[in-house]
Parts: sequence; C-alpha cells; structure tokens
Amino acid sequence: MTSALKTEYLTINMGPQHPSTHGVIRFILKTDGEIIHECDPDVGYLHRGIEKLAESITWQGFVPYTDRVDYVCAMNSNLAYCMAVEKLMGMDSEIPKRAEYIRVIVSEMNRISSHAVAIGAADMDMGAFTPFIHFLREREHINDLFEMICGARLTYNYICIGGVNADVSPTFLSKTAEFLDHFEPIVEQINRLISYNQIFIKRFADVAIVPPKMAIDYNLVGPNLRGSGVKFDIRKDKPYSIYPEVDFNVPIGTGRAGTLGDCYDRYMVRVEEINESIKIIRQCLKQIPDGETKAIVKSSIKPPKGHIYFRTETPRGDTGYFIVSDGKTSPARLKIRTGSFTGMSIIPEIARGVFIADLVAIIGSLDVVAPELDR
Amino acid sequence: MDATLISLGLNPMPAKIISMVIICLIVLIAFVTIGGVLTVVERRISGFMQARLGPNRVGPQGSLQWLADGIKLILKEDLIPDGADRTLFKIAPYFCLIGVFGTMVVFPWGSGVMVADLNVGLFYFISITALVVFGVLMAGWSSNNKWSLLGGMRAAAQIVSYEIPVGMGLLVPILFSGTLSMGGIMAVQGWAPWEWIVFQSPFTVMSFCIFFIGSLAEANRTPFDLPEAESELVSGYCTEYTGFRYAVFFLSEWANLFVLGGLTTAVFLGGGNLPDFLADYTFLSVLVYMAKVSVIIFVVIWLRWTLPRFRIDQLMNLSWKYLLPGAFVAFLGQAIYMLITQHIPAVQTTVAVLMFLVFVFILIRFFIRVRVNMREQQIPVNSPASDVPLT
Repeated sequence: MTSALKTEYLTINMGPQHPSTHGVIRFILKTDGEIIHECDPDVGYLHRGIEKLAESITWQGFVPYTDRVDYVCAMNSNLAYCMAVEKLMGMDSEIPKRAEYIRVIVSEMNRISSHAVAIGAADMDMGAFTPFIHFLREREHINDLFEMICGARLTYNYICIGGVNADVSPTFLSKTAEFLDHFEPIVEQINRLISYNQIFIKRFADVAIVPPKMAIDYNLVGPNLRGSGVKFDIRKDKPYSIYPEVDFNVPIGTGRAGTLGDCYDRYMVRVEEINESIKIIRQCLKQIPDGETKAIVKSSIKPPKGHIYFRTETPRGDTGYFIVSDGKTSPARLKIRTGSFTGMSIIPEIARGVFIADLVAIIGSLDVVAPELDR
Repeated sequence: MDATLISLGLNPMPAKIISMVIICLIVLIAFVTIGGVLTVVERRISGFMQARLGPNRVGPQGSLQWLADGIKLILKEDLIPDGADRTLFKIAPYFCLIGVFGTMVVFPWGSGVMVADLNVGLFYFISITALVVFGVLMAGWSSNNKWSLLGGMRAAAQIVSYEIPVGMGLLVPILFSGTLSMGGIMAVQGWAPWEWIVFQSPFTVMSFCIFFIGSLAEANRTPFDLPEAESELVSGYCTEYTGFRYAVFFLSEWANLFVLGGLTTAVFLGGGNLPDFLADYTFLSVLVYMAKVSVIIFVVIWLRWTLPRFRIDQLMNLSWKYLLPGAFVAFLGQAIYMLITQHIPAVQTTVAVLMFLVFVFILIRFFIRVRVNMREQQIPVNSPASDVPLT
C-alpha cells in the first residue's frame, strides 16, 4: 500500500538578510523539516563591477579599489595587485628590500586580523558570542597599528606599485613586537574557551567532509584546501616577495577530531596559521634592513603590451590577478580570482542531507566573505 | 492581611478577596520588576565577560535601562504580518506570560513566604509552566514565516522532551520529603548545606544535575537556545513580533530565568531556611533565599555567555539517551538508599556531610585553577599602540 500522504519540500530563503550569511549572500534551501535536501547559493548581491572599473582608471588609481575587493584583508589585496603590475612592468627586482619586508609584515598582520574575524564569526554562528568579541578587541589593536602607518583602519591603500607609500617608524616595529607578545597567549586562551569545547567540537567534527580529491576538483584554495589535508601554500610552493627567507610551517588538516577535511579541520588550520603568521612577523622584525621603501615609479605608468597572471596567498586562499595591458595608462582587462567563490561553489555539494544548523557551520568554516565573492 | 482589613470594619469575605488582590498585585509587580531588572543584569554580566561595558547610561549603572527599553517597545507600532493568523498571533505572547507568571501562586520567596502553599504545589508548578510551549508554538505557527515555524517546532520538540527528565528529576526530592507542597519540601531541609536535599546522597546530586540541565533547556537558555538561535533561525518564533507583544515574550523569558532559580533553590538548595535562633526573622529568610537564587541565575548567565549551542539531534540524544535513563537510575537508587538507611540516620548524616565536603573540595579546586590560569596569563587589555601619538 502506498502512502496517501503527499509530502513536499519546504522552500526557505536564507538571506540576503540573514544573520549568519556574513554579508549579503542568499541560499535557496529545499528542506525536509530541518534537513536540507537541496541548497542553491545565489551570489551577486554585492557585485560592484570592480573588474570593469579597472579599465577606465589609471594603474595606480586602481590600488584603492583592491582594498574594497576584500575589506577584511585589504593589505593582502593591495599586495597581490601591486606585485602583479610590478611583474608586468618587469620591475619586480627593483623593489627595495625594506619595502618587501614591510609588505610581508603588514600582510601577515592582516592575515591575523582576517583569521581572527573568520574564527570569531564561526564561533558566533555556533552560538558562542564571547570569543568573537574578544577577537574583535584584538583586531582593534591591529587596526591601531595600521592607523599609525597609513592613517586608515580598514581600507589602507598602503602598499603601492614600487613599494609602500610611507616608511614605518621604529615605534611601529617595537609596538608590533609588543602586540605579538600580547596576542600569542590570547590565541591559546580563546582556544581553551571555545576550540577545545566539547559541544563546539561535536558541532564541527565530521560535518561537511571534503576529501582531498574533492577539494582539488572543486578548486578550493587556502585554508579550505589545507584543511582537507593538501599541503599547498603559495608562500611555500611558488614563493614570492621575501617568503623564501623566512621559516614557517604550513598547517594542514589531519582529522583532529573526526574525519580529515571536516569543518573542525578547516577551523583549526586557521587557528594554527595565526601562530605561523606570528612566527613570520617575528622573523621579519628581526631581519628588516634599513633603506628606501619605494622604487622610482613615474606618476603615470604605462606597462608594456602583454599579460600577466600573478597569484598570492591571502587569508582566503589563492588570490590571482590576471591583467592584460595594451600599453596604455589603464589596464585593457583585469580579472580577479578569489578563494571565496570556489568556497561558495562547493556548498551545494557538501550541504546535502545536513541540518540547517550545519549549513551555518559550513559557511563559517569555509570563511566566505561576500565582497570578495562578488567583487 | 485580611485580619487587618476586618479590624477596619470590612466583612470577612470582601476582606479576603481584597487582601488576595493586593497580594497578587504585589507579587505581579515584583515579578515584572525582577524580569526587567534581570535583562539589565544579563547584559551587564555579558558585557563584563566580553570586555565591554554594557548598558550604563539610564539610571545608576544602567539599572533603569529596562524601563527605557520597555517604554520604547510599548511605543512601537504593533505589526501583524500579512497572512498571519491574527487571533493566534495576538494571544500567543500571553500564553507564555501566563505560563511563567502562573507559577507565582506557589512561588516561595523565603521560608513560609508565599501566596498559597498548595498541597500539590510542585505538580502545579510543572503543569503551569508547560503552557509556555503552547505560546511558543502558536507564535511560530501564526506568524506565517518559515523561520518562525521552524523555531516553534524546535521549541515544541525540545520543551516536551525535556519536561520528562525535569519531572523525573523532581521525583527524587518528592521521594525524600514525601510531599508535593513547596513549603513542605523546604521544611524538611535545614539551614546547613548538608541538610539540603541536593547533598543527601549521590542520587540526589545526580537528580539535581539532571533537573538543572533540563530546566536550562526548558527555559531556552544556551546551550539549548535552539528555538531562537539567532544565527540559524534569525530570531526563531518571535521573528515577526514587534512592540508590546515582543516585550511580553522577553519579559516572560527573563521571569522564567528567575522562576528556574527559585524552583532550584526551594527544592534542592534548602530554600530560605535559617538556623533556629534566627527563625523569626522572615526578612532574613527572604534575603538568604534571594542570595541563593542570584547565584543560580549568575551560573545560568555565565553558561550562556560561555558555551556554544547544541544541534537539534544532539539535543534530543542528550535528553532521551542520557538524562531520562539517568533520572530513572537516580529515582530507583534514592528509593533503595532510603529503604536501606531508613533506620540508621547516622549513615544518612555521614553521607550528606561527605557529599558536601566533596562539593567544597571541587569548588576549591576550581577556584585554585582559575587563580593559576589568571596568574599565568597576566594579559593587559589595553592596546599596545593606543599610547602612541600618530606619526
């Protein structure tokens, strides 16, 4: 006898205004009660056409726009674009050593603040509000330090083509060292507060498992890829700037609390990357030489005809800038490849058959940031 | 009080009614005030735990913030969403309110200070608080919003599941005291901690833990705040509520926190009992009672701002696989324990004192560990950069 009851899936609209979609992202969910049957991410709510804008402004004029590509880690975006243009112009060997060191220091600092926000937001999605606030307090300190060097707290426009916009003071360097000493125990403190909490581990372990092959197939990058156990970090494997001169490890997922590639692995990779960044900055502070901080660059540059694809490791993974130049004062075509987009594209696959509460965990653990997703 | 009114020349019947109305009004106002003040207390404590201030502008230390919030909420437009079931939507908050405020009939404020000491007081307590689930379910259903519906469903499943372990957990004190009246249960306990029901045997400790965890879930507190999980279900069952009705939901939630603390104190922690030579001072009894309730409330708030929340399947597992069998074991164990030791009170006293000493030991260990942790990590909260002029 077949059941006479007709059942249908409940269609729920999660977003664009929803507390845990981290910005304006929308998911169309088909659920059976609380269990997700189908999840359809709908992107584009924060699309600002930054790539098209690049075609009508000067090469240097585009640097502030890269701040807005991913405002959680603006320094890293600055760095990726500026290094791509320098490479296109063939002047990447002219950048003063001190500038390179400052660039690495500020971008690693920004990686710390970005990961702090990512971890804190994941905690908050799990219902633990306190770690998020504590991480934001620490992020304020990084913002204070950045304010010292460039006057801005969120969108810095500090790294420029040819170096950095202004030299840093000795106070900045000593204060940075002081901050690292202050921050390192706090990471462990917050770990004890939340990361090792049994309820939290139960919520994150064995949820949304991404095996290594699947991670590569879906082109996951950065911490999400490493969380699946694939040891690939552009800073190590295709080194740029002064990364070959510093010593650091690449943390990968090992199935700490459950299966390799679950949400908890991705989360803990970020926590451990904070410690690695602290290590990198400490070495840079020791090794930083004196000297110029900016190579001589004309006010209106015209890179030679050609194209370039340059990748850097930002907190959200492999950010690549593909730039075509036709020898004029602005790029002929500019394409930004970001980590959030691939992170988003894997969600329909791993969010099948999980609870709505797990979808929140997935978004938190993949660290999807809306502005970077849509550009 | 009715004696006073009769002496003023009133007939006995109207005097009784008037005195009842006055007592009810006093208790009602006390409940509303406590519910309101608790919102401020919770926000201040959460601020303290999160290295921020919390509300501190209205009144001394922000203590009147709840009045300002209440006035603001009352002045707001009372929106009813399109397609909502208007009747259910309108009455839903009052079910929650009645469910919580109904307990004030038997709510003890100290030893012998209560509106009515019903002989089925505890039973009445459990029954009337079950009304809250109707309000939540109605709100979720009538809002014509899928998030609200999910929240309402979660709440219904959760509260119904956890009512069983809570009820089973309360059976142990009932077994111990042999009465359902709140006054009676308090009367069998003494002032000293080893005379409280919680420390009577390992089984009473067990039932206390089960009862406390279950009541957290019934009061929708973290780690069981799934019905209004703000990061998952927007705001759960009260997503569509605004203005006064929203305030009513809020008030009943925080009053529920107080009820939770009060019930725990009365049933397990000796209520407002005082040593014999102080027994005449009712005021002191109320004070002792309130102090115990405050400690319980602080622990509940502390848990809320520390722990993440469960997932719905983990929540159900906890209730049906662990708490409920545990409650059965505690009940049976206590019955057998009492059967064996009923003629040897010395054993009972020794076990009780022993349980209390174990608790004190754990407490001391906890505080030592906190002190060590704090000494190891002397972390200044001030920014390393804030004292530097901008260059």
